[in-house]
Formats: sequence, C-alpha cells, structure tokens
Amino acid sequence: MDALSFFANVDWAEIWLATIDTMIMLFGSLLFTVLLGLPLGVLLFLCGPRQLFEQKGVYALLSFVVNVLRSLPFIILLIVMIPFTVLITGTSLGVAGAIPPLVVGATPFFARLVETALREVDRGIIEATQSMGATTRQIIMNALLPEARPGIFAAITVTAITLVSYTAMAGVVGAGGLGDLAIRFGYQRFQTDVMVVTVVLLLILVQVLQSVGDKLVVHFSRK
Amino acid sequence: MIEFQNVHKTYRVAGRDIPALHPTNLSVEDGQVFGLIGHSGAGKSTLLRLINRLEAPSGGKIIVDGEDVTAFNANHLRRFRQQVGMIFQHFNLLASKTVADNVALPLTLAGELSRKEIDARVSELLARVGLSEHAKKYPAQLSGGQKQRVGIARALATKPKILLCDEATSALDPQTTASVLQLLAEINRELKLTIVLITHEMDVIRRVCDRVAVMDAGKIVEEGPVADVFLHPQHPTTKRFVQEDEQIDENEQRDDFAHVPGRIVRLTFQGDSTYAPLLGTVARETGVDYSILAGRIDRIKDTPYGQLTLAVTGGDMEAAFARFTAADVHMEVLR
Repeated sequence: MDALSFFANVDWAEIWLATIDTMIMLFGSLLFTVLLGLPLGVLLFLCGPRQLFEQKGVYALLSFVVNVLRSLPFIILLIVMIPFTVLITGTSLGVAGAIPPLVVGATPFFARLVETALREVDRGIIEATQSMGATTRQIIMNALLPEARPGIFAAITVTAITLVSYTAMAGVVGAGGLGDLAIRFGYQRFQTDVMVVTVVLLLILVQVLQSVGDKLVVHFSRK
Repeated sequence: MIEFQNVHKTYRVAGRDIPALHPTNLSVEDGQVFGLIGHSGAGKSTLLRLINRLEAPSGGKIIVDGEDVTAFNANHLRRFRQQVGMIFQHFNLLASKTVADNVALPLTLAGELSRKEIDARVSELLARVGLSEHAKKYPAQLSGGQKQRVGIARALATKPKILLCDEATSALDPQTTASVLQLLAEINRELKLTIVLITHEMDVIRRVCDRVAVMDAGKIVEEGPVADVFLHPQHPTTKRFVQEDEQIDENEQRDDFAHVPGRIVRLTFQGDSTYAPLLGTVARETGVDYSILAGRIDRIKDTPYGQLTLAVTGGDMEAAFARFTAADVHMEVLR
C-alpha cells in the first residue's frame, strides 16, 4: 500500500469545507477577543496595584471574574453559554454558534496577557510622558500601547493558537471545522486517514500562526 | 523663580509615615543652574519631582513664577508641565519610536502645532544636540550619550522655562558626562533656561552649577554659591562629597604629614588671585620656606581656583601668615 492509496478514501471537499470553517471560527473569534480583551487588559493594568488608577475593589472584582472564566473548562463553557449564544447569534449551532463561547473563553486569557505586557513597560516611560503634561488617555495611546506592542503581538499569537485547540472542541455544538472532522471521521468511524490529514493541517496552521506572530514581535521590538 | 515655602513630603508605607522631605524652604533664581547633591534616599529625587508635581507635597507651597503649583487643577497642571522639561538617568525614551518621533512626542501631546511645524521644530532640536543624521534611528541603536542628547532635545521641544535633570549623567562614562554637562551649560547660557539638577557627584556640581544645596536624610544641610560650599564645606556630608571628588582620605593625609616639620596651612585661591605669584613673593619678603604637600588647580564652572596645602618652615612665620590673610586668599591653619 503506497502513500497515495492510504488517502484514497479521504473526501477532500469535506476537508476543504472544514478548513474554511476553522479559519472563520479562528479569525472571527480572534477579532472579537482582541477588541474586547485589549480594553479589559488595559483596565486591569490601570486598576492594578501601584498603577495610574489604583482601585483595589475594581481590580479584585475584575480579577475574580477573569479567574472564574479562565478556570472553567472550555467544553463546559460551550454548554453553559448556549442560552446566551442563542440570544446574540440566534443559533447555538454551527460556526456562528461557536464564536460567542470562543470569545468568552479566550478574552479573559488574552486580557491577562495584555496586562502582563503592559506591566513590562518601564515605569520611567509613564513618568516621562506624565512630565510632558500628557492626559491619562494620551499616556495609554501614545506611550503604553506602542511600547507594549511586541508583548501584545506575542499575546495575540498565543491566544490564536489557544483558539485553534478550542475550535476543535466546538464540534460538540456542531460547529464543524477540522477538529470536528477528526472526531467524527477519524475517531468515531476509525478513518485514520482523515485523522492524519486533519492533524497535519492543524499542525501547519499552528506553525504558520507562530512564525507570523514571531516575525511581528521582532519587527516591533525595534532592537 | 522657583520657591519652596515650608514644603514637606511624607510617604505612608505599611501604615507608618516615612518622612521623605522635612519642611524645606528654597528659592531658585531665573536662569540659574541649581544643583541638589545627596546620597540615595536623601530626598533629592522627591524634591525634584515636587517641582512638576510628579509627587504631590504633603504640605507647604511651591511657587513657580508667582503661581502656586500646589493649587493647580489637573488641566492647569498639564499646561504647566509643558513648560517644564525633564530628563532622566535612564533616558526614558520610547523604544518603539524613532529619535525624531521621540523628540516630537511632547509637541504631539500638546497638540498646538501642525505636523509641518512639528517636523521643522524637531530638525532644529536635533541639530541643536548634534544628532541630525540619527533622526530615523531607534533608541536601541544609539549610545548612552546620544540617548541623553535625544532626552535633552525632547525636554526642550515645548520651549520650557525650566529644565529638571534627574541624575542625568549617572549612567554615563566620564567623557560622555563631560560632553552632556557642556551641552546643559550651553543651553542654560543661550536659552536662559533655569536648570535644577540632582546628582551624587560633586564633580557635576563643580562643572555646571551656580548654586548648590546639600541634602541629607530629607533635609537641606548646607546651601550656597558652589564656590563657597565647595571650597569651604561646613557640614560633614558636604565635606565627604568634596573629599570623594578630590579623592582625599583625611586620615591617610594626616598620617602622611605627621613627620613633616613646620606648620601646615591650606590656602585657597579664587578667581584672579589663582594666577598671582603670591607664594614666591611672601617667601622672599618674610624668609619662610615652604613645601607643597598637596594641591589642586581647577575650575568651578567658569571661575578658576587653587587649593594648596603647604608645610611652612623658618623665617617670620607670623608675618607670612598675615600676608596670606591680607591677600585675596583664604587661609586655614591645619597644624
């Protein structure tokens, strides 16, 4: 049996559709995760200990919510979220049904990474910007975020890769995608060939995401 | 003019009040280079940051050009800060922005000039600090001295009246320190800028400052014109700084001089008297002999000075001392 005949029974059209579904889920949820997680991360940072807007109560509350969401296994979150998902997308099924739980699962994680990236910015930079008479908004937009950009791109990369594995679980709610294909055909129908193809595709996806992310980090590090 | 009226600052650490600055009165004249010297933890950094209210005072008033800085609201404070430049020990440049963008930042934040006007001002500033050809580089590509020059250009961008220097040369090697201090002196002269700098090196004070305040444990322990404080230090902390600068160990010196015969005096010359042939004249007229045990001839900012330690023997010693005292020389009898 040569290599080609091993893949003879693979339905490539199905693989193609699953790949598209994975891409839509990944980039759709990544977009919303960044849009929601970035401000949340900035807020966590600003309210944190010894920061510009030190607010012990707000920080403790935000921190608690973030921790709860992060400690919930994604597979459980998928199910718990169903009523809420129906409320905003009209369905709990398919790609559209997967994006809200993906975003809710990844946003707290991403926000923590953003907070950490902002903490890495030298306090002297904030002090220098303050001494120029900057408003808090200007300090964030003109100094903190540009300085933290390499760290934020690293955070987006890690989050994107985490989302790839989350999309695989989204098959539970009938979301489709490569992970779903691997479970339905590769695992439940013992089609090892489909399993191999999906795993290889996921591997390539992760590799591409990581190297693009690394390039962006290096580019914006300005070293 | 910058005036401190009974300004004090207390930090609350773990439920206890730690005084960082005891009630302090101080005034800095326009166009002056005012130095604050002290060891780390002496309160000089706190004092400097009170001027542009990066630190809020616990009490007292800080008056700058007739306005009470402590009474400013947030908006007023921001406009005031645009009139006060600041440079830092670790430069605090934005690594993500080019040299030109770093210098443009205060102007962009102020939002009063057009892009074109900002560009023109930035090239003028970079030319001023000698970095025109580095405009497109990132800070990581520059040496320490070049980074501080960018810091200075950035601090001058909004044409401030006051420049605050926070240990601006402490991270630099001696040669680079000299060139950065020279640049600060030039700026002070040409732009009539008031400079307040803090340092732990007497050499920095000696090179650029007009007046100096010595700080110890949250208090100003000695203050005056640099020449007075430097040549005739009173407080033990001041004496230690001067000795560190001259690399003199008093105990070692006392041991060295123990076997030298005669009286030992220290003469301090200042200004024109530094170059007068006083020693030879006095020796001829009074018949004393002298040997020079230690000495230094240098400058305090633009004023030459000399300080000689002599062993004097034979002749009419009292007459010789009277002649020294009569001349424009400060004499101190050590033994």
